[in-house]
Amino acid sequence: MKPTLAVFKFASCDGCQLSILDAEDHLLAIAAAVDIAEFPEATTRSEPGPYTVGLVEGSVTTPHDALRIREIRDQCQILVTIGACATSGGIQALRNAADVAEFAAQVYPNPEYLDVLATSTAISDHVQVDYALYGCPVSVDQLVDFITALLAGRRPSVPDYSVCIECKRRGSTCVLVAPGMPCLGPVTRAGCGAICPAFGRGCYGCFGPSSRPNVASLAVAWEAAGATREDLAEALRAFTVGAPEFMEAARAL
Amino acid sequence: MRSETRRIGVEYISRVEGEGSLRVLVRDGKVQECEFGIFEPPRFFEAFMRGRKFTEAPDITARICGICPVAYQMSSVQAMEAACGVTVDPAVDELRTLLYCGEWIESHVLHMYLLHAPDFLGYESGIALAADHPEEVGRGLRLKQTGNALVAALGGREIHPVGIRVGGFHRVPTRRELEPLIPRFEQAREDALATVDFVASLPIPEAERDDEYVALSDDDHYAIHHGRIRSTRGMDIAVDEWNDYFVEEHVARSTSLHSHIRERGLYQVGPMARFNLSEELLRPVALEAAHRVGLSAPCTNPFRSIVVRAVETLHAVDLALEILERYQRPPRPYVPVPPVAGVGHGASEAPRGLLYHRYEIDADGRVLHAQIVPPTAQNQGSIEADLLHLVERNLELTDADLQHLLEQSIRNYDPCISCSVHFLRLEVDRG
Repeated sequence: MKPTLAVFKFASCDGCQLSILDAEDHLLAIAAAVDIAEFPEATTRSEPGPYTVGLVEGSVTTPHDALRIREIRDQCQILVTIGACATSGGIQALRNAADVAEFAAQVYPNPEYLDVLATSTAISDHVQVDYALYGCPVSVDQLVDFITALLAGRRPSVPDYSVCIECKRRGSTCVLVAPGMPCLGPVTRAGCGAICPAFGRGCYGCFGPSSRPNVASLAVAWEAAGATREDLAEALRAFTVGAPEFMEAARAL
Repeated sequence: MRSETRRIGVEYISRVEGEGSLRVLVRDGKVQECEFGIFEPPRFFEAFMRGRKFTEAPDITARICGICPVAYQMSSVQAMEAACGVTVDPAVDELRTLLYCGEWIESHVLHMYLLHAPDFLGYESGIALAADHPEEVGRGLRLKQTGNALVAALGGREIHPVGIRVGGFHRVPTRRELEPLIPRFEQAREDALATVDFVASLPIPEAERDDEYVALSDDDHYAIHHGRIRSTRGMDIAVDEWNDYFVEEHVARSTSLHSHIRERGLYQVGPMARFNLSEELLRPVALEAAHRVGLSAPCTNPFRSIVVRAVETLHAVDLALEILERYQRPPRPYVPVPPVAGVGHGASEAPRGLLYHRYEIDADGRVLHAQIVPPTAQNQGSIEADLLHLVERNLELTDADLQHLLEQSIRNYDPCISCSVHFLRLEVDRG
């Protein structure tokens, strides 16, 4: 019997699961190798669990979703979080340091209709997660490689080194050192292919913290590039604001 | 001027967490009530944009929708440029049009082949459709890849591209970098032509329902990111007059937000609106293809929107090819945009319809207020009207068949992706 794959959405932009459909060359091959039992973005078919692999996109932001993720965990042999929302709470975790009632009143005329939590949190804050793919959005190549590894029974490898490694490999000129642009590459996890420096701008950290990010040292380089510590703190409080390494580093700046 | 009922949530309606509900109350063979409810956990973009740098708007608001990030980037940068009184260089602006063509192709083709065509042919998914129709789905995937390749060439990746900034692009490509796309777009034009024929051959239900259609409209281009806001019933306003004409309300019974035109009512945005307002401005190859398959304005059957999407895909491919062929690298990627305290408005045509942004910023370029009106929020009322119309005419169907028809009807609007899927929980109380 083929392994079953299920895809679930929580609070998110849908971009990470769209990456699965964006894997055009591989999409039909993946569909042939696994039994896609649940993937509401792509198919009417909806089979009950248990599932071999569950991919989860999005963060937990409502009482209902906090319960739903537990039910999903119970149904999935291997649970994988995909993307910045699922792994760190996403950009919507900016609410965590704010007054969510004030936020709701700002956006909705009748906030009493809403039933939301005060925080947007990572899936791993609620249940045990087996693997995580990072990025806003996840990289299609990483996703395909990851599914291939699971199918082949090899342990998937997800880099935890910084964007700088990929940037050097790509042959880009360092934007932080040469033109002197603020760049989060030195503290951000690789995986995107270091696209921002190749497109004339600094990395904005959408893959979240790399292993042991040295933000204090980066602050010195940012100041040399004409940016302030406050600029750096603000840059860290963005797409993966809920990642503890970035949150704490931003507070310490 | 702002009142409580004018505010709108960003994606509360525009997507669904995989579930929506339709409750129909039938008495004596007549529909007494028809309530469509959807729930998407709110993410409060407009609230947390306050205090952010104005230059962050394109990267942050892109995250509202992974299917049409370019639309959010474009509406936001245009709003910021308007606030600061800056005009982008024409060559750079044309590059933005090119990028937007890529998004129209990606999004339209995804919707047609993987999400919508399977409905018409009775398949559960595009993947299942591919098993029986490998040639058609293969063509769709190839076409979509070409759209993806264009967005990636200009922005580094297909989803949440990183190229656009307030004032232009961070970097503009060399001619040599874009040249390899030309043969792919020549192939794409063939594929897009074949797509028009393919979708026109689908069994399309009759469901005419006239509506007020609203879109950006320009005098000499099929509008994508420039123009005035016009309607098929005579509205003709500048983008910055938005709040004088449109209202969004938070409706209690479905905990969702509905848009309407002041003192007038429902309207819809999207491909049919664009087509109905600007048919004659389509590229000749697209206009000919439309007429060949019997499509002409006014198109008022939402089930035919898939044909309009195919025609627009052909238009976008043909326009992109022309821009690629004459492309010369612009002398500078962006114009500097020093912040100016004030208000800016931006509107552009996301694949699924008009997307309006309004920002108020201070002299340091900090956002003081943000308002974002996504297309699916505007279509909410029309989706509901279609559902009622269909329920009334198809009460003899079993609940299962009725549910299928209604889900297909919701997908006519290509609502941001999770709306467009299979989420409807139908409750029919037949008394």
